[in-house]
Amino acid sequence: MIDKIAASVADALAKVKDGATVMIGGFGTAGIPNELIEGLIVQGAKDLTVVNNNAGNGETGLAALLKAGRVRKIICSFPRQADSQVFDALYRAGKLELELVPQGNLSERIRAAGAGIGAFFTPTGYGTELAKGKETREINGKQYVLEYPIFGDVALIKAERGDRWGNLTYRMTARNFGPSMAMACKQTIASVHEIVELGQLDPEAIVTPAIFVSKIVKIDRQATQAGGFKKAA
Amino acid sequence: MSYQKRSKDQLAARVAQDIPEGAVVNLGIGQPTLVANHIPSSREVLLHSENGLLGMGPAPAPGEEDYDLINAGKQPVTLLPGGSFFHHTDSFAMMRGGHLDICVLGAFQVSATGDLANWHTGEKDAISAVGGAMDLAVGAKQTWVMMDLLTKQGQSKIVQACTYPLTGIACVKRIYSDLATLECTPRGLKLIDKVDGLDHAELEKLVGLPIAK
Repeated sequence: MIDKIAASVADALAKVKDGATVMIGGFGTAGIPNELIEGLIVQGAKDLTVVNNNAGNGETGLAALLKAGRVRKIICSFPRQADSQVFDALYRAGKLELELVPQGNLSERIRAAGAGIGAFFTPTGYGTELAKGKETREINGKQYVLEYPIFGDVALIKAERGDRWGNLTYRMTARNFGPSMAMACKQTIASVHEIVELGQLDPEAIVTPAIFVSKIVKIDRQATQAGGFKKAA
Repeated sequence: MSYQKRSKDQLAARVAQDIPEGAVVNLGIGQPTLVANHIPSSREVLLHSENGLLGMGPAPAPGEEDYDLINAGKQPVTLLPGGSFFHHTDSFAMMRGGHLDICVLGAFQVSATGDLANWHTGEKDAISAVGGAMDLAVGAKQTWVMMDLLTKQGQSKIVQACTYPLTGIACVKRIYSDLATLECTPRGLKLIDKVDGLDHAELEKLVGLPIAK
């Protein structure tokens, strides 16, 4: 019997190794797998390369992982924010390497890794600082930059519902990077708010099919979280 | 003659005036988001947000915010009936693939031929953040910039060549500013309209570049 349901966050994260590339889903307040990030801090893996859209906010979640000194490098599109003080300090102190990638290139590079694409030409970034040193080519009169896939060891993503095979659905804009990251990593761990029986997810509406998922772990939704009671700003 | 600058709302209304029925539009973070308030309700326009929604509606009523339903600026929004959710890679395919009709962005500088600088001021110790700016700039069928014509120090933000790091090359089609609306062409600037009372020579002097009538 195929059963990808992990008994606990610790169980789900048991195989994350030092030096791993860890992709973490989320954009703004939506789709951040907070409990999995907290679990990774407890698990203790270090020397990590983290792939995320941002570089942590406030003092919790990814910011706490950075603060704990577990991250060597971050690949992201938007590190600087009003409350990215943890990243800012580590970066300025030279303790954290940054690879800045335009958001669509980031997402497509992740997808490419999952789709078996060796590299691709994209118009985004051509002629800018972020394409410096990269191969370019004119195709049909338009200029493109060659970008390579980003492969991950582990994806930590937040979905809404899952079943024991690992099929996933998401909730509104919490979907964001989840489906592409799930494809790009050797191991994908998804937190879900609800585990349902096989067949209960509408096959027409499954967003991430089971093949891309290794473990799912149920996290009870807090009343204050999105989808529970509305959260005050 | 004296003239009055367009207020932020007047500028947003000026941009909205040129968005046709049926257009699919991405409004950048900051000032461009104001444009949504000025699209007449009689005109159906599909708003796209980079984080995976099409058919974005206005901000929710206080107390109705759902933090799984946000826009690119991370503010709570709503979804119109008929709206859809999709993942990031599809969302950026909508941009890069030329499926968006118009995107409206803010800018630090725009060159007369449409080079855009809007992600980084080039200061040495600044931590730069690019987000979706480069993808939007080159992806939409038309990229429009919405900005004040002059910096707070009175320098033109429209320049012969950008001195700030570029976001994209020759990607801006139109500049909507508080003083004039201009087209960027391979041969330089072309006037679309200007505020009442501002004469052409004075506008050229403010910009410091020739503007074709």
